[in-house]
Amino acid sequence: MNRFALPLALFALLVVVLGVGIRHARNQGVIVSPLIGRSAPGFALPSLTDAQHTLSSKDLKGRWYLLNVWGTWCVACREEHAMLIEAAHAGVIPIIGLDWKDEDDRALEWLSQLGNPYQAIAVDHDGRTAIDWGVYGAPESFLVNAQGIVVYKLVGPLTRESWTQEILPRLPHTPVTGS
Amino acid sequence: MRGRRIWASALIALLIIPAAHGIDATRIADPALEARYLALTHELRCMQCQNESIADSPVGLASDLRRQVRDMLLAGKTDEDVRNYMVSRYGEFILFRPRFSARNAWLWLAPLVFLAIGALVAVRVLRQRSALLAAEPDSPDFDEP
Repeated sequence: MNRFALPLALFALLVVVLGVGIRHARNQGVIVSPLIGRSAPGFALPSLTDAQHTLSSKDLKGRWYLLNVWGTWCVACREEHAMLIEAAHAGVIPIIGLDWKDEDDRALEWLSQLGNPYQAIAVDHDGRTAIDWGVYGAPESFLVNAQGIVVYKLVGPLTRESWTQEILPRLPHTPVTGS
Repeated sequence: MRGRRIWASALIALLIIPAAHGIDATRIADPALEARYLALTHELRCMQCQNESIADSPVGLASDLRRQVRDMLLAGKTDEDVRNYMVSRYGEFILFRPRFSARNAWLWLAPLVFLAIGALVAVRVLRQRSALLAAEPDSPDFDEP
């Protein structure tokens, strides 16, 4: 009996360690952003709709916003666009677009065809701002609070599920949603 | 004959050089900076194609990250500055070689722990065997030659 006690205990320990590993592996694809709980990186970029105008992170100070990183080359962005429009209609939080490594003409055409959910759109042609935000794929959405702190990052398309379960509950005054 | 050989080596060189620099065509004039650039781009993960370094990946984000590394080095930043910048944006995951931290200490120490366990087991087994041999020198279990 005693002979087996130690190997059995070691085996039980291994099961626990591997079990914990498997549990954590469920969220393997999503990399938690180190920006959460920190100040959102600043930017000053041309506006898509008005090239003369510079859209700066300073303009966004003092209010909550959802920064949505997108591009016309991004298939999943087309997928989430209807949900973005719906979210914009809800009027609970301004959606700011970050048009990432895109062509202005195409982006404008996209918006005229599919509708424009964005209150303002910053154009990041060379992708430097996206790197500052730790963007590694589109679409990605960052929820930023009135103090300019990143509260939440959504990797992948915004869905009704992520909107009602992840975004809305984090807003200061959670409105009642009829979905 | 000699001319042929020169042509052949020139051709080989032409074939090899682009292959070696197929993904990343970046050159930095200062060889010391160039060496640091190459080392850094090989130890940073391409976040889109997660098992490649940014030096080996052809995707757009990898080339943007390489540009970021180059710009930071040219601006006089240290290697650690570059790593810290990347980790503060993308998290520890961007480093192929994770740093030692309280969270992953057990992982770094695990080999030592296993080595210690192995050593203990080996010592015990050896002691038992020598005790057995001392007790029964003419054990019938041993085959005669």
